[in-house]
Amino acid sequence: MELNENALLKMYRTMLTIREFEETASTLFANGEIPGFVHLYSGEEAVAVGIISQLEPGDYIASTHRGHGHMISRGGDIKLMFAELFGKKTGYCKGKGGSMHIADVSLGFLGANGIVGAGLPLAAGAAFACKYKKNGGVAVCFFGDGASNRGTLHESLNIASIWKLPAIFVCENNMYGISMNQKNHQNINDIADRASAYGIPGVSVDGNNVMAVFEAGQEAIKRARNGEGPTLIECKTYRYRGHFEGDPTVYRPDEEVQYWKQRDPIEQFKKRLVEMNVLTEEQDQAIRSEVRNLIREGVEFARNSEYPDVSELLTDVYC
Amino acid sequence: MTFSAAINAALKEELMRDENVFIFGEDVGIFGGCFGVTAGLYQEFGPERVIDTPISETAIIGVAVGAAAAGLRPVPEIMFMDFMGVCMDEIFNQATKMRYMFGGKAKIPMTIRTAFGAGFGAAAQHSQSIEAWFTHIPGLKVVMPSTPADAKGLLVSAIRDDNPVLFLEHKGLYAVEGEVPEGSFTIPLGKADIKREGNHVTIVATAMMVHRALQAAEELAAEGIEAEVVDPRTLQPLDKNAILKSVEKTGRLVIVQEAVKFSSFASEVAAIVSEEGFDLLDAPIKRVTAPFVPVPFSPPLEQAYIPSVASIVQAVKELG
Repeated sequence: MELNENALLKMYRTMLTIREFEETASTLFANGEIPGFVHLYSGEEAVAVGIISQLEPGDYIASTHRGHGHMISRGGDIKLMFAELFGKKTGYCKGKGGSMHIADVSLGFLGANGIVGAGLPLAAGAAFACKYKKNGGVAVCFFGDGASNRGTLHESLNIASIWKLPAIFVCENNMYGISMNQKNHQNINDIADRASAYGIPGVSVDGNNVMAVFEAGQEAIKRARNGEGPTLIECKTYRYRGHFEGDPTVYRPDEEVQYWKQRDPIEQFKKRLVEMNVLTEEQDQAIRSEVRNLIREGVEFARNSEYPDVSELLTDVYC
Repeated sequence: MTFSAAINAALKEELMRDENVFIFGEDVGIFGGCFGVTAGLYQEFGPERVIDTPISETAIIGVAVGAAAAGLRPVPEIMFMDFMGVCMDEIFNQATKMRYMFGGKAKIPMTIRTAFGAGFGAAAQHSQSIEAWFTHIPGLKVVMPSTPADAKGLLVSAIRDDNPVLFLEHKGLYAVEGEVPEGSFTIPLGKADIKREGNHVTIVATAMMVHRALQAAEELAAEGIEAEVVDPRTLQPLDKNAILKSVEKTGRLVIVQEAVKFSSFASEVAAIVSEEGFDLLDAPIKRVTAPFVPVPFSPPLEQAYIPSVASIVQAVKELG
């Protein structure tokens, strides 16, 4: 994909949409309008946008607990996403999945996932299907630093490597597996180092720099489409919110949060776009206002939608 | 044709019929499968359709789920049912939940084949019958054939089904011979088969136990007791009407399975008949099962573990 002005602005707009979606979801959850668990992506926008903005129709994505940003990057409909968070029948999953399970197989989006590390073999399977059908598709799996300790990582990277599957494994290292700092949950600094155990390339990039993520993704996607097999990309980033909404985050110091907020992925990208003369302050305000309207409409749609009929309880167990 | 050859024939026909079908697992390729069930398929269809995997059950089933969601029709093999603990998440949280959780917008057409059952001195980690773990999960079909013809027809249906199916093959049945109709045919999932008709007692039995129940029925017939042997064939969904109808005719029910009794498939059948057919019963329901222990190694212990023809005969006689 060529990064012209329009493409750059679209990436910026998507990052802002994710941020606005998540902050709104946080408020809605605090107000008691959204049931269940909500895991937010604020602070990690550069990862989803850096990778997904260059995928083609027909490619696949396996996501995580923190999946809203991936879905929005994939072109997910904000209205259907909010409706799903509310448990309404108009939601992506007819209200049967909720925040942790938003999916749309027609977008190649194999779901956010309630099980940490479960997306890894699913993505390997989708990559297998692309290779089997020789359709040129690739599959991207997002997972966290916590998931990088699961057995699924080992089995999936190993099998993807021996079969040269067109898979891209993107570790969103936000430094915490729930409350456990990476320093305490593994004895390595760079999760990308694990790639060497599978004989595949591993790169570690600044996950708050969307262009750095984009470039690493570009190389990995090219490699995958050329039949050269998988890549492990580690994006070092940070989640602004707790693991889930309501998490008091007693396990991390305020200075750490402040340090990362000074390196905000959206502000960094904005600065760069302004320097490149791609974005003016005026345009920025216009985009932000447009995004706020999109989110507001999405929330209204969800609020005004109906809950599923109780008869829906028994449908869709089997085909 | 043997049970093993019937499964091989079903796999071969489906590989030929639909290019989205592929089989993969540990040693299924050049080796032909640990029990020889996939013999010759690698040679005929090549390494792109009959694929050897590393020893990685999690990846085998996880890859199958992802590939099925992406439009293929995988037929993974887990060498022994005992190994399914390693891939349970992929089965009970991923494969079986995606359709429901995604609001009906996903199809996961995959068939997991695996071998189960005792009788070979393989001890407690290679001999289990743990079908009840799987019949408890909404979204998964569980098939357990007892004859070569059933194995072939049911496996073809399983592969063509758009849902995840667990296809259970008793190791002791692989060498069993039986008539198999010529050509391609299917047997619908969820339909029981009356393996022997009778008026005095209904024996519901699965897999290897169908054969023991039939032998028991012959012995009972010599004493004037005519047993009807019902083989559910598909444990989930279960053809409960066939069972209730038989109990209506006989008034007595004995359920025979190789698995242990507590929280088992036999318990479920007993509960269904108590709940929905209490008035049909002239005697209490009996369950003939393995004792509540792991499968032992030593041959006399293992033989004592597996329900015998004599124990089935005795259970029927105790009903009076």
